[in-house]
Amino acid sequence: MKDINDARENPFFRRQELIGLLIFAALILVVFPAFLDTFRLNLVGKYLTYAFVTVGLVICWGYGGILSLGQGIFFGLGGYCMAMFLKLEASSVANTKIQSTPGIPDFMDWNQLTALPWFWKPFHSLPASVIAVIVVPTAFAFVIGAAMFKRRVGGVYFAIITQAVALILSILIVGQQGYTGGINGITDLRTLLGWDIRTDHAKFILYFVNCLLLLGAILLTQYVTKSKLGRILVAMREKEDRVRFSGYSVADFKIFAFCFAAALSAVGGAMFTLQVGFMSPSFVGITPSIEMVIYTAVGGRMSILGSVYGALIVNFAKTTLSESFPELWLFGLGALFIAVVLVIPDGLAGMLSHYIAPYLGKLKPASDAVNGKSPLNQTPAE
Amino acid sequence: MIVTDPAYKDPLLYVDNLSVSFDGFKAVDGVSFFVDPNEIRVIIGPNGAGKTTVLDLICGKTRATSGSIRFHDQDLTRMSENGIVKAGIGRKFQNPSIYDDLTVFENLEISFPRGRNVFGALTFKRDAEVRERIEDIAETIFLADRLDERAEYLSHGQKQWLEIGMLLIQDPELLMLDEPVAGMSVSERGKTAELLHKIIQGRSVLVIEHDMKFVEDIAHRVTVLHQGKVLSEGSMEHVKNDPKVIEVYLGH
Repeated sequence: MKDINDARENPFFRRQELIGLLIFAALILVVFPAFLDTFRLNLVGKYLTYAFVTVGLVICWGYGGILSLGQGIFFGLGGYCMAMFLKLEASSVANTKIQSTPGIPDFMDWNQLTALPWFWKPFHSLPASVIAVIVVPTAFAFVIGAAMFKRRVGGVYFAIITQAVALILSILIVGQQGYTGGINGITDLRTLLGWDIRTDHAKFILYFVNCLLLLGAILLTQYVTKSKLGRILVAMREKEDRVRFSGYSVADFKIFAFCFAAALSAVGGAMFTLQVGFMSPSFVGITPSIEMVIYTAVGGRMSILGSVYGALIVNFAKTTLSESFPELWLFGLGALFIAVVLVIPDGLAGMLSHYIAPYLGKLKPASDAVNGKSPLNQTPAE
Repeated sequence: MIVTDPAYKDPLLYVDNLSVSFDGFKAVDGVSFFVDPNEIRVIIGPNGAGKTTVLDLICGKTRATSGSIRFHDQDLTRMSENGIVKAGIGRKFQNPSIYDDLTVFENLEISFPRGRNVFGALTFKRDAEVRERIEDIAETIFLADRLDERAEYLSHGQKQWLEIGMLLIQDPELLMLDEPVAGMSVSERGKTAELLHKIIQGRSVLVIEHDMKFVEDIAHRVTVLHQGKVLSEGSMEHVKNDPKVIEVYLGH
């Protein structure tokens, strides 16, 4: 009887989930910093910024069934908002006195702009920029979501539209060089409120800031999946009409899932800019957007931690393999995606809970066996 | 409306001259009927008569081309689907429409009429009231011992009961059921009839059903639809002896 009551308690963490999270936290906060040099640690930090996107995709795609092939839009917008602030700080009059118009970013000067465009002005202020990092991408997601979901556009049509928006946005950024830095993106970022972000020490600190924000994002997402909203998303994915005729506005819930994923992606993008030191349209377009979906699929789209490991594992593989076989990597990635969809549709986390957890269950008291049944209760990958 | 009979009560649902056409084909053509409070109305008719479309129109799944549907003082043809649910109308679909990946308990919980907007769903608490209500309903729909199982593992008949339970928990004033006993085994059928007798207390019910024995058993009044129009209406006795009905339907 105890197990049944447990299942209905709906605790914030099941034991396995808590253990999984603690192992993950120890890995990124202790093991990586202890064993990796600054260059490698910074690389892991970069991978972990993608994890913000994959965690968002767990809600949007895994739970809500809304496949977005345009998460790069939000990752990029978040990153650009951060980069605009850093660029303005780097473009002080003293730093840019050789330009024909001192005090504006260098690429504007090269493109014969003589004044800062109006939409750049708020980015003089750090608080305004931090707010913009979240608000701009989320508002954009809201507009796309409201336009699509209120008209009941879904499934593959929605995926194609997000892809088109990602493409349009990257073309727009490339084309408007004077306002955006064009194909090179926004580069040569130096300081955050006078603090040099290019030093090893700063990279070390930023890595930990990123880790803490990611853990926060994981907890927040855990809350969403454990709330009734998480179960409504699953219900909606399966029987949209039944949810609608149970008194819910399906579009509102889809918009929420999409905006939530966008907001998380944006935080990842901003942390990417801080750690890597630039932002460019190559993180906005179709390819990065699809790669993010692949990370999530590999890790497990129903598992928050699984998707984070997916981002880490695929990127480790990418870095290792593309150093040795640069031309083969994209084929490898494509093959990986197909293999995952065919062989392990629930990703590594799903494989773990289907094949390995039952054996673990035999070792422990039977109480955990019940938990394995629902995908909502899946064991996180470890 | 001129009311002459002092015993006359306002109907709960008043469907007036309702029509809908799909690409020129009139699926429902000038249908009018009304359902009284606490009445059990059965809609019968041959395949393609427009029975399911009438339910779709009432619950907002399909929008009417012309005509009106009044429920209390509201015109349903202008309301959103979730607005119609909130007004007090519950609809069961023809095929069992439940959430396979959730447990029976979670299926019922989603239908609990609280926290139906995004913020409400995020802050929804599974408190004692929710649990007791779900356990009560589970008892009624014969699924008390299966609450923690995934709904996927239920039999066809049990899935139908679960969906009926999901409607009960909403406590609608008007319950619409589309072929509730279709595809059920004989023993499930009997239990379903028993279940329906239990749940129709204190609410109006609009049922589509083909099983004549079942219809005779529960209907207060019967509406016969044929080719999108009302062919006959009245007690089962009256309808059975109506020559028009015999010709198109019962005579087959």
